[in-house]
Amino acid sequence: MSENILSVNNLSVSFDYQENFLSKKQKIKAVNNINIKIKKGSFFGLVGESGSGKTTLGRAILGANKISEGNVIFHDDERDFDLTSITSKEMKEYRKKAQLIFQDPYAALSPRMTVRDIIAEPLEVMKITKSREETDEKVREIASKCRLNLEHLRRFPHAFSGGQRQRISIARALVSNPKFIVADESVAALDVSIQADILNLLKKLQEELNLTYLFISHDLSVVAHVCDIVAVMYLGHIVEMAPSRELFSNPRHSYTKALLSSIPSIDPENKSKAIELKGEIPSAMNPPSGCVFRTRCPNPTHDCKEGHIEMGLIEVSPNHWVDQCCVNCG
Amino acid sequence: MNHLLEINNLDVKFDTDEGRITAIDNVSLTLDQGKVLGIVGESGSGKSVTAKSIMQLNPGNTIYNDDAKIIIDDENVLKFTSKNDLKKIRGGKVSMIFQEPMASFAPAIKIGHQMVEQLMLHKPLDKKKAKHISIDMLNRVGIADAEKRFNQYAFELSGGMRQRAMIAMALSTMPKLLLADEPTTALDVTIQAQVINLMKDIIKEFNMGVIFITHDLGVIAQVADDVAVMYLGSVVERGPVNEILKNPKHPYTRGLLNALPDINNLDAPLKPIPGNIPSPLDRPTGCVFRTRCPDPTHECKEGSIEMGLVEVSPGHWVDQCCINCG
Repeated sequence: MSENILSVNNLSVSFDYQENFLSKKQKIKAVNNINIKIKKGSFFGLVGESGSGKTTLGRAILGANKISEGNVIFHDDERDFDLTSITSKEMKEYRKKAQLIFQDPYAALSPRMTVRDIIAEPLEVMKITKSREETDEKVREIASKCRLNLEHLRRFPHAFSGGQRQRISIARALVSNPKFIVADESVAALDVSIQADILNLLKKLQEELNLTYLFISHDLSVVAHVCDIVAVMYLGHIVEMAPSRELFSNPRHSYTKALLSSIPSIDPENKSKAIELKGEIPSAMNPPSGCVFRTRCPNPTHDCKEGHIEMGLIEVSPNHWVDQCCVNCG
Repeated sequence: MNHLLEINNLDVKFDTDEGRITAIDNVSLTLDQGKVLGIVGESGSGKSVTAKSIMQLNPGNTIYNDDAKIIIDDENVLKFTSKNDLKKIRGGKVSMIFQEPMASFAPAIKIGHQMVEQLMLHKPLDKKKAKHISIDMLNRVGIADAEKRFNQYAFELSGGMRQRAMIAMALSTMPKLLLADEPTTALDVTIQAQVINLMKDIIKEFNMGVIFITHDLGVIAQVADDVAVMYLGSVVERGPVNEILKNPKHPYTRGLLNALPDINNLDAPLKPIPGNIPSPLDRPTGCVFRTRCPDPTHECKEGSIEMGLVEVSPGHWVDQCCINCG
């Protein structure tokens, strides 16, 4: 039995793009040569700006985006699922093991279904339960784990606040008893107090149900608090990856440093200037050659300005991986 | 010296199918020229409704109380009804920046055209002059290639660029008062840092007054001079930014600060404020925060204590009910 629950090897995801029907088809690489291993029971964080490919990677891992190169292997107790050669029957099996929690709890719940039906739907679609009684029992069990009031199960989503809706979304994702959860910006739309509540709930459920999370977020302070290990993405590449304490106390990549310095400090006297990154994230349609970060690097070396240096992670200290081009920049 | 903006005893109610909802209850605020007033609070606390009242942008079912006053330049703008008067506060003396820059520009009209159009409405300028000012403004907010951007549509610009263009447009009429409603919430942190620095420079340069609405206390700490904390339509605490964030007196302000993940202290547990924000349809009587107060006194549980701010130290006002609560 492997200690990892998921291995992603040299994964790339590209999309076809055609400006208009006469022009040539182009390939856009949204996710580029990603290697990660996620340990069982860990809280794996994925951060980066919009357009960095976080969501595409999460979807590819769940089999929702086509994999162009490389593979994704999910290690279950008895067997492995290889997503590049998976049959549709196996895919159904895989869906029970790996689930997704969405960002916007207002858009994710059907307004015409009761809370009970919303949570029960995965059980019915995946044919997990045999009878209505069994379904009801499972729904009640997971609802109380997610601290939902059982009397609320007959109501419709419009009656609930953002935090309660997010708990309904979590209950629905967990009802099929999955082992692996992708939480895509699951607290981004919530107020700070509710955000703290949901993060505490996710932590509690992780212990109770033995879950592994891939937690996608753009908020570094949230990620720092909940995740064990964090990968920073930029333009489809992972540029730095380390245990979260190591990453936040000793960032090596200039992009990570800039991200950290951009978090506005809660102390009004601490008006330290953020390391300002010039410009914006380049378009994935024509990414810079060589190191993708070189167009915004505050202190690029000569070789990387020219784009001669290949991307690739190297280990600078145990489990701390940094892109080789940027180890010495900044 | 007169204040740039004075809001006195503002109540706002909405008539809905389910009954009359109190959105704002007895809010009084002042703002001086060259200062930034931050308004924080959870969604539903009435931050945006307060700002929109200044420009009378609330929907048709809104009811203001008769003795409410919003005073700009010795005029009560809440009593404005004629088109000419309203023009003064909608884009003339007062400008507003919204949260979602994509939704704020018309998608099928060029950005430059939209800028020139509103500028000509408010100032006696010809088209050429208006274009000149607009491009100059785009340059000043740090948009490279302003001439080219002037002729583009909103979808051709990235999020940070659009928010800069929005700021340029809001500033081109040289307003005295800028209302910024969550201007950086939809942006990435690195772009947020750029926009915040830009706004700070511009506030200094134009010597405007700014109301900065956000739910992010970190952003408040970096831009605001004074802070008002709102809960369920009432201001529960206000004062200088340093005082509010370092020496908060109201349990709600403390709750917001405790719920915030602190990057410098990863071991601190995240403490949510217990309970949910009550529906505006059943607003608690007396102190609005009593249903979630961690340590309410006997009288405030009963709801028999009136709301009202008292001054605990120079410039630092706290709701009288909660001074002594946990």
